[in-house]
Amino acid sequence: MATATVELKPKDYKSNIPPDWCPGCGDFGVLNALQRACSELKIAPHEIVVVSGIGCSSNLPGFFRAYGVHGLHGRPIPVATGIKLANKDLTVIATGGDGDGYGIGLSHMIHAIRRNVNITYIVMNNQIYGLTTGQVSPTSLLNMKTKSTPKGNIELPINPLMLALAAGCDYVARGFSGDIKHLTELYKGALQHRGFALVDVFSPCVTFNRYNTYDWFRQRIKKLEDKGHDPTDFVAAMEEAKKVGDEEVTIGLFYRNPNPRPPLEDLDEVIASGPPLVKRPLGITNAEARPLLEELM
Amino acid sequence: MALDDLVVGIGGAAGDGIASAGDTLALALARQGLRIYAYNSYQSVVRGGRIWLRMRIANRQPLSPGNVLNALVALNQEALDLHLQEIQPGGAALFNTHRVRRAPEKGPDGVQLCPIPVPDLAPVYKDLPVIQNTVLIGALYAIMGLPFDGVESVLESTFARKGQKVIDMNVGAARAGYDYAAEHFQKMELALKPQPTQKRYAVMTGNEAFGLGAVAAGVRMYVAYPMTPASGILHWMAAHGPAVGISVRQPEDEIAVMNMAIGANHAGIRCMCGTSGGGFALMTEAMGMAGMIETPVVCIEVQRGGPSTGLPTKTEQGDLFQVFGAGQGDYPRLIVAPTNVYDCFETVKEVFNLAEKYQLPAVILSDLLLSEHHETVEPDRFDFENPPIDRGELITEANGGDGEAYLRYKITETGVSPRAIPGVPGHLYVAPTDEHDEDGVLISDIYTDPVRRKRMMEKRMRKMVYLKNELPPPRLEGPADAEVTLVGWGSTWGVIREAVEALAAEGIKVNHLQIKYIVPFHGEEVAQILSKAKKIIMVEQNFGGQLARHLRSETGIKADGHIRKYDGEPFEPKHIVAGVKRILAGEEELVTCVSDEPGWRYDHPSFV
Ligand SMILES: Cc1ncc(C[n+]2csc(CCOP(=O)(O)OP(=O)(O)O)c2C)c(N)n1
Ligand code: SF4
Ligand SMILES: [Mg+2]
Repeated sequence: MATATVELKPKDYKSNIPPDWCPGCGDFGVLNALQRACSELKIAPHEIVVVSGIGCSSNLPGFFRAYGVHGLHGRPIPVATGIKLANKDLTVIATGGDGDGYGIGLSHMIHAIRRNVNITYIVMNNQIYGLTTGQVSPTSLLNMKTKSTPKGNIELPINPLMLALAAGCDYVARGFSGDIKHLTELYKGALQHRGFALVDVFSPCVTFNRYNTYDWFRQRIKKLEDKGHDPTDFVAAMEEAKKVGDEEVTIGLFYRNPNPRPPLEDLDEVIASGPPLVKRPLGITNAEARPLLEELM
Repeated sequence: MALDDLVVGIGGAAGDGIASAGDTLALALARQGLRIYAYNSYQSVVRGGRIWLRMRIANRQPLSPGNVLNALVALNQEALDLHLQEIQPGGAALFNTHRVRRAPEKGPDGVQLCPIPVPDLAPVYKDLPVIQNTVLIGALYAIMGLPFDGVESVLESTFARKGQKVIDMNVGAARAGYDYAAEHFQKMELALKPQPTQKRYAVMTGNEAFGLGAVAAGVRMYVAYPMTPASGILHWMAAHGPAVGISVRQPEDEIAVMNMAIGANHAGIRCMCGTSGGGFALMTEAMGMAGMIETPVVCIEVQRGGPSTGLPTKTEQGDLFQVFGAGQGDYPRLIVAPTNVYDCFETVKEVFNLAEKYQLPAVILSDLLLSEHHETVEPDRFDFENPPIDRGELITEANGGDGEAYLRYKITETGVSPRAIPGVPGHLYVAPTDEHDEDGVLISDIYTDPVRRKRMMEKRMRKMVYLKNELPPPRLEGPADAEVTLVGWGSTWGVIREAVEALAAEGIKVNHLQIKYIVPFHGEEVAQILSKAKKIIMVEQNFGGQLARHLRSETGIKADGHIRKYDGEPFEPKHIVAGVKRILAGEEELVTCVSDEPGWRYDHPSFV
């Protein structure tokens, strides 16, 4: 991660496209905190690539001044992986919604964690499918009524933090888009972490999720740091991650491995062996390639 | 008459080491200046089942598996029972008396039985049963009347790393087989012209040629999820890629493969991926994405028998329509079907240049036959330096400038907009899968604008016009005044060409049009060529005549006859020859072929 010499302000990460989210949508806070985190870490916009899927949340790259890919529903992580492996100098952020990341694209997260791809993954978790106008999502709470579950959700919600921890994620955090300062710090930690970092963000959908509202969150939110949680303690992190539901909503840094695994770019013999792949010269001479033919002779 | 072109079959079970026996034999022949074409018919099991490797050996390069069987190396009883009757007069059947205990007294007329007491000739056999292959290859060499040093030289290089003792043991076993056969059996009457042993030809598969092509094209990453018959590329890449700077990654599924490859290309490297039909089905949504965000990507789709899981280890050309249909909506893309092993190498270089120049996804359509068969090739025809790498209008840090008012999707005459890669200062943009304007800003949601949408669609599709102009149109091979024009695509080039020669020898004048560029299609040029044809017969390794339908939709031309095969085994020249004759005789318009010699049949235990 290179840092810029000129001073960068959050507004330097604002594109000239005004966000088209509903007024009050939690995703504004997610965007805002990301702009702050990048400016505080002084990462130049052209050295950032934000890759998203499809959903209201996945529109974020359009509003963030940097390079971006607004890809397919559920697929930001493999695209981000390809970008990072091709140019390890870039800061690569994958983002999207709960449907995108924990529904259609869930397997990519687990595998990216296993491989420890050095990217930050931000999930705007509104416990609903927003863009498609309010169907049940993999994180919708039990009994929640949505357009596709008019009698209430009968499927157990997924627990992304426990899944990530179990898969071996070395940086696991959860924020709330109503607390931008707190969220900014979680992002900064994630961006500075060398390896896969998950930041799940409760980001209320004010239009289609009438249950998990700002008020609902504010009444329940507890910060891990206020509880004296030790983020290097894996077992404690699992215990805290287990607690989801109606009584308490925990946010903060759940886990940061004190001895993090090396990221994929350090383990892949070719990528590790020199400058980013994209900066290596192309082409091979006939003499250099000859042994490949000789082997078949 | 002495044969200058013969087929040797090696039959046994999976686990018998047939592939490596075939490699040894092929290389030995190649080093003596002979040409081979080998096709291994195998099954989707790791142990047991049946393996049937046919190797055609000739002075001139064979282009297909051939029509008949001239010599058999039976590694077990079943192989002898199955194939003995297929051997042509003048041929021979070799087997290990220890594995084949119920050999008939006498073979078919004119066929020599060659029982070989492997345990006596190679005492290590009791601990190392695969040594039988080495003994039998030695014996085969004697029966073919070829000098032994070809085999010796290959065994020496194959086992060089294992030390002199292992070399001596193997060479000794082959030599014992050679001497025993020379003493006990008659040589076949052959007109092969071996040369003094030296490395002259390479023995290569289509998949290896794809790998080499990727090296030449400057590919920096290969991504694939295992699937027969594309896995050979993955294996070759994993073994050879790192030494030439290619990172090889195996993601969780083909959806991830294609998205990752697009990400890597988007970031400015050349990244290739590969799969077979089932995996390609999972890649299709992302293919469309590459079309929409105008990111080059190259995928090799190695077809196998379908539908669904189909015939995992058998060949077919059944995925043309799938590849056409990949992804929703209209988007520019390139679909190319290489026609032989050299062409596999050339096509990768060519397609990367075109994919980058026109910023679009490209599919190289191969099949199991082309990808997995071995043939001798001239190494000097593999030019890694030409054509040179052309990255098209790429903006990198070196030529970036300040990027003032940079429009990633700028409307241009050719439809190609200069492409900045992430990391270059001053060219920030978002590549969106939603419809977008020249600056990459979405016009799909609240700013939907029919006029802009139309312009952007036309900009992208305009690239196809310029792309097509760059592709060489297909050429008619053979006499202009032929009675019949055979039309094929991709891998069937060689077998059709041999069929044309065989028909000519019988006095039937045939010419041949092989299609390599499927999309964009040279509709006008093809129509012009075919307008002069007296009788158009399509040759396709599929059920539905997918190219025939494509031809009709692109040119309005309806073929007069069809020769099709969808039994999993490749065409042999004789199938096409017979098909042409039947169609000419007015017996049928559609001839379907099948490999139904007894050796191909396999009664399932439950059918008894
Ligand atoms: C393959 C595919 N299936 C379905 C859709 C339709 N779709 C668009 S967004 C979306 C769900 C969005 O939910 P989420 O990811 O939670 O994002 P949100 O809108 O809530 O931010 C769906 C199902 C699609 N675009 N692609
Ligand atoms: S529908 Fe919900 S998630 Fe989408 S923009 Fe509106 S509030 Fe946000
Ligand atoms: Mg959602």
